[in-house]
Amino acid sequence: MTGAFSTVIQLIYLAAASCFVFGLHLMNTPATARRGNQVSIAGMVAAIAATIALVIHLGTANATGWIVIGTGALVGGGLGLYAARAVQMTAMPQLVSIFNAVGGGAAALVAIRGYMTLGTAVGASISVPTVLDVIIRSVTFSGSIIAAGKLQGLITSAPVTIPGARIINLALAVVAVGGGAYVISSPGMGALGAVIAAALVFGVSMVMPIGGADMPVVISLLNAFTGTAVAMAGFVIGSVGLIIAGALVGASGGILTKLMADAMNRSLANIMLGGFGAADSTGALAAGPAAGVQSIAADDAAIQLAYASKVIIVPGYGLAAAQAQHEVAALADLLESRGVDVSYAIHPVAGRMPGHMNVLLAEANVPYPLLKEMDEINPEFARTDVALVIGANDVTNPAARRPGTAISGMPILDVDAAKSIIVIKRSMGHGYAGIDNELYTNPKTSMLFADAKKGLAELTASVKMLVA
Amino acid sequence: MLLTDFIIFVLSLWVGFEVISKVPATLHTPLMSEANSIHGIVLAGAILVAATARGPLGYALAFIAVAFASMNVVGGYVVTGRMLKMFKRRAAPAAPASPAVEPSPNGKVTA
Repeated sequence: MTGAFSTVIQLIYLAAASCFVFGLHLMNTPATARRGNQVSIAGMVAAIAATIALVIHLGTANATGWIVIGTGALVGGGLGLYAARAVQMTAMPQLVSIFNAVGGGAAALVAIRGYMTLGTAVGASISVPTVLDVIIRSVTFSGSIIAAGKLQGLITSAPVTIPGARIINLALAVVAVGGGAYVISSPGMGALGAVIAAALVFGVSMVMPIGGADMPVVISLLNAFTGTAVAMAGFVIGSVGLIIAGALVGASGGILTKLMADAMNRSLANIMLGGFGAADSTGALAAGPAAGVQSIAADDAAIQLAYASKVIIVPGYGLAAAQAQHEVAALADLLESRGVDVSYAIHPVAGRMPGHMNVLLAEANVPYPLLKEMDEINPEFARTDVALVIGANDVTNPAARRPGTAISGMPILDVDAAKSIIVIKRSMGHGYAGIDNELYTNPKTSMLFADAKKGLAELTASVKMLVA
Repeated sequence: MLLTDFIIFVLSLWVGFEVISKVPATLHTPLMSEANSIHGIVLAGAILVAATARGPLGYALAFIAVAFASMNVVGGYVVTGRMLKMFKRRAAPAAPASPAVEPSPNGKVTA
């Protein structure tokens, strides 16, 4: 790969990598984000076109090779297009996991194939990244599929613990790393196969014990893994484009993993070693109204909302689970048309992946300037007449401010600072952390016991009656 | 050669950290989806190895690699575009004194 032609190809890869960076840069505001996506696509098209030109120039591909490339691209591209068009916004975390799995699956195959063609006469500069790539990628491939299965409900989202799981994980890790070291010292396909098998099983046993509510962290982490694996594949086949793109994705996954873990007030190790031991908040124990809890009828709640001057809506995963994002948008529109100042307080872990709740609300035509991040909205609760909490639990619990509870130190939304609080909830059931929410027994709080979708529809109807 | 590659890798990581830490939380889902599409660049690698593939096993591996990577690239970019299209701005909500502001269907305020 020498000469002027190769230089041109490398320059096109550089331009493509610049497009990726600039595209990500444009995502710093929603107004320019779409252009960012287009710039990134342009870079990708250029990189793929340059690669095809390179293969033609080298003349390495035979007719069968071209047929394999063409049909592979058609089949894969078609499946991707169908999935991207058909997916429901609530199912976005699963889709991202699947794309993560297949993208990295491809990276592992590229590295294995690159390794095979080089035969046994490879130096450490090839075998080290190959082994790392194959291990990371195999773990991520099986891990992402398990994560998608849990999100889709095909596999229980509750933490699954196997007796002696830690010993099994340790053994698998030893096999993978030890086998990897063996492959590096004496290259061969047999040992590489053993490493792949151990890493695949490790991916499954790593994700199985993790609960549904921890999925935002897991997805981010798997994304970071994939990025690193793509960069490793770049080392193996000597492609600068792959190295740069992989590093960008690794950085993105790393940042999001840290943000999510911080928002849950848990270390990565704590999440990976298993949750609070509780199930999903949606499947929590049903209990009757406890002492000191005031319930409220939809009519009375509607009066409070209709005559408020400032309302903050606090949506949680329960809202998404009930598919009630359109109902909440309808209520907010109605209140806004009466001149009420409405905004949404979005906790970083509201939803099943980072930023998920924002996408769900955007789908329901909520203008993005109304979606406020936690740090931005918290000072505003004190000036708020009514805080309407829908399907959010632990992230509103004032107990987080005291030491000694399961959620101590977790950043929360300061909902209890509002003048009045209305909580739409099906029952007094616990959230993911499995503790009582002290917000519900606050004298300022009224509970509207209903399913999110039904409760919101009743509220909207009642407000309409008042206005008419 | 490995050292040069490693230098590029580390510097790209820093660029990534700088650029991505400026993306607001509102856009974190599209960001992740976009980053996912970018690692679909492995399609370039898949095409390169497919070109040198010989024999049934080689062709099978190459086919799976190209198909997986294409699914990643096409699906990732399409779904990112679909999400970003939904993020719409509208002028700030009306002040309490003028309650008669109706949003028009295209999301613009007609007041």
